[in-house]
Amino acid sequence: MTPQSSLMILAPIDRRREAELRALLASMNDGPGRVKPRNALIPFARYDALHFARILILDDQTLGDGALYGLPPFDPPLCVVLIFEIDGEEDAFLAELVRGSEQGLRAIFACCADFTPGADLLAWMRAHLRPASAVYVNTLGRTIARIREDAALYDALEAYLDANAAAPAGRSAAAVHLALRGFVEGEKAAGRLRLSPERPTPPDWELRNLVDLVLVPLLLLIFWFPLAVAAIVLLVRIRMLELSDPEYCPRPDPRHVELLTSLEDHDVTNQFSAMGTLKPGFTRRAVCLGILFLLNYTQRQIYTRGRLARVRTIHFARWTFVDDEHKRLLFTSNYDGSLDSYMDDFINKVAFGLNVVFSNGIGYPSARWLVLDGAKDEQPYKNYIRRHQLATEVWYNGHQGLGANDLQRNELVRAGIETASMTEEQAREWLSLL
Amino acid sequence: MAIAALNAAPARVRAVDYADVQGIVRYGYGALTEACFLLLRVRDAAAARAWLRAAPVTNAVELPKPPQTALQVAFTARGLRALGVAEPVVSQFSLEFLEGMGGDASRSRRIGDLGPNAPSEWRWGTGDGVPDVMLMLYALPGRLGDLERAVCAPPFDEAFALLRRLDTSNLGDHEPFGFKDGISQPKPDWTFARDAAGDQLEYANLVALGEFLLGYPNEYAKYTERPLLDDDASTAALAPAPDAPGKRDLGLNGTYLVVRDLEQDVRGFRQFVHDRAREAGMTPEALAAAFVGRTYDGESPMPRSAEPIAGVDPDEAVLNAFTYGSDPAGTRCPVGAHVRRANPRNADFPGKPAGLLARIVALLGFGPHGYRDDTMSPTRFHRVLRRGREYGPGLSAEEALQPAPPGDPERGLHFICVNANISRQFEFLQNAWAMSAKFDCLNAETDPLLGTRVPSPGCPSTSHFTVPHEGAPRTRLAGLPRFVTLRGGAYFFLPSLRALRYFAGSGDR
Repeated sequence: MTPQSSLMILAPIDRRREAELRALLASMNDGPGRVKPRNALIPFARYDALHFARILILDDQTLGDGALYGLPPFDPPLCVVLIFEIDGEEDAFLAELVRGSEQGLRAIFACCADFTPGADLLAWMRAHLRPASAVYVNTLGRTIARIREDAALYDALEAYLDANAAAPAGRSAAAVHLALRGFVEGEKAAGRLRLSPERPTPPDWELRNLVDLVLVPLLLLIFWFPLAVAAIVLLVRIRMLELSDPEYCPRPDPRHVELLTSLEDHDVTNQFSAMGTLKPGFTRRAVCLGILFLLNYTQRQIYTRGRLARVRTIHFARWTFVDDEHKRLLFTSNYDGSLDSYMDDFINKVAFGLNVVFSNGIGYPSARWLVLDGAKDEQPYKNYIRRHQLATEVWYNGHQGLGANDLQRNELVRAGIETASMTEEQAREWLSLL
Repeated sequence: MAIAALNAAPARVRAVDYADVQGIVRYGYGALTEACFLLLRVRDAAAARAWLRAAPVTNAVELPKPPQTALQVAFTARGLRALGVAEPVVSQFSLEFLEGMGGDASRSRRIGDLGPNAPSEWRWGTGDGVPDVMLMLYALPGRLGDLERAVCAPPFDEAFALLRRLDTSNLGDHEPFGFKDGISQPKPDWTFARDAAGDQLEYANLVALGEFLLGYPNEYAKYTERPLLDDDASTAALAPAPDAPGKRDLGLNGTYLVVRDLEQDVRGFRQFVHDRAREAGMTPEALAAAFVGRTYDGESPMPRSAEPIAGVDPDEAVLNAFTYGSDPAGTRCPVGAHVRRANPRNADFPGKPAGLLARIVALLGFGPHGYRDDTMSPTRFHRVLRRGREYGPGLSAEEALQPAPPGDPERGLHFICVNANISRQFEFLQNAWAMSAKFDCLNAETDPLLGTRVPSPGCPSTSHFTVPHEGAPRTRLAGLPRFVTLRGGAYFFLPSLRALRYFAGSGDR
């Protein structure tokens, strides 16, 4: 099993070269929201380990909202962010990235404040890596190579069934399953289909994962008493803050919405990038960091099989603080359907999960006890989302046209093909996937 | 004491003042079988306002018998501006309404108005073809001419220019393809009988009034955004906003109308099911029923549900008291069937978790875990009231199989729906359900009736249709042609009668 990872490079832009950078990023697209997969700067499609990539400028429209808390005007350096969601570890991918796209990366980073033409590119990128506070991967171990093999298998089976519609009539489901298995064997022998065996799990990853699996609950168990006391104190503090925290969810600027929607719905899957600033004070920061820690653990150890709580449409998601003070949080994800469907899932299925993190941010619709209300206030919440959303200038999807449901179906289809024999009932269930 | 107790009670929703609501929200005017829709441009704002002040607009008060005629009035955002409504007021309407159905390429892409359905191909509704005002005229047989003459009497021509007249025809209960129509409608909860707040474990056909009329709680138990105006002399005739103290409610008792001019290729549809049914091992009637999810006579293949469904009256239970809960794979009713896409009839949770603990388990994602479980949004947030009318002459099943004679008249539907939140209701339905190639784990197909068959990125085909079979491989038809073409459309605001008077008084202030 090859685990997935998410890496992010964050660098301040040289303000004098912002326009140049924007032009460079635009040159990677055929039009808004439509990347050239083999563009001259970073030919994404050449990287066999790459699921998703995005480049964006952290142009947060809501920096002024701190005034709600009497905070002084805040003008942090404008930064560019590159995020790659990949198979395997980040070191190998970075080296590969530099090998294949050195000129393009140098051109992009030349617009950054602290890049010098003579810099060692790999070392510079490493120095600008920004760790995530939490990462979600839809299905642990599902590599892009595997996704493509599964999709080819599914397409071949569908085409076979289309061409042989009459043949299976009157046969048992188990017999049809065997016939399809035979067809796939033939295709494999002819070199038209490939079903590669899974690669061994890296031993060091396995060890780290095991330690992680045990250590976190163990520590929670050992320190349960002080942690429980702290949690109760913080929750009460939060509730008091909630009573006075200002809510600020004005309608977004229509021009901002127009820009964002021009980047969306060019594929079955969409990108989402948004950021905001934490409410001031120790309590909010402590709660947010604590929740993200737990969230990250559940996403590493529990939500690894296609569902983040009830949501099935997220491929990758990432929560990253862009500053060392843990004030400004960037959320990025890849999800299926339009933003309206995504927000619908947020509100109807996982409002509590959004509230526990994002209600610590300035302006969020008022929550109660950290989990209640908040995102359930539909329209203020949707306004909040759009206002905090950032334009993702460049976005690449390594499996265009395939949603998370497709990936899961294809995986189940393949598991069935790799099963030597099925009972009639299993075969009927399996056939309903096609 | 009594007053104090009243004040302490949670805010009660007021009873609906039907005299302030345009009738089409409550009634389909089915008895008024003659109808036409006039799409107008404002020629002279002052004259238009004068005309509107005198217009006999029909309200929703229940009458002992249907009226002889009815007149309804709706406006586009362009129309409100043309009347002289101030920009700070207009800009408070929803963004979808302000941008218009055909006004933004991103919207067209999102709701699937692409290729032959793209706004650039429309006969009206884009550029200079955006209407300002729509008048909806309904009349008993033989009375439409009189109504139209009365409506269009001077100074009508001074006020308005006719952009387009949408004629309608009466095909009985059937739409042009031949299916019984208008069987399933959500039932607006006019009396606030249902508590929409909190999780709903059962599919209900009784839907919060706020989904169809502004100024009332919606399915989230919230008030949908709408223009709320400062209380001053100009707004004194408007009702106070129930959710914003000190504000006057321009939206109250108003709503949005979505109008789409859909041409139907009746011969194409009938010939396709006739020619291709055998390939699917079906009769033409059965294939047509698979496409729609109901037979020509309106019968659903789903069994009647054991429990009654809120909002499905006993007299309509035969055709409407069902869900698809027992048929996740679509072996009874294909998952991609038109009516299943339009109303999947699901509730907030799969598996109906009873009790708080079961609810929390489901909420954390440990409920039913099958491949087809929990793929869809709860239906209750995405309902619309349909108020469309057919146009063109009827065509019998036999005639439809003949080649079209020269000058064969057009047939179709002036689709009209009522919803309070266009983006969450109509546009969601269109985007996530009807035109999505990925609806409920499907692949490579969009709505069998409405689909444009335009490929989308990564989905080279959207022109298949799958008929699942129990225990055997599915039948899949390829190469569905386009049966329906969008010829025009717009988003309208259907004001309350108070709001109408406010608009009519706009420029005079």
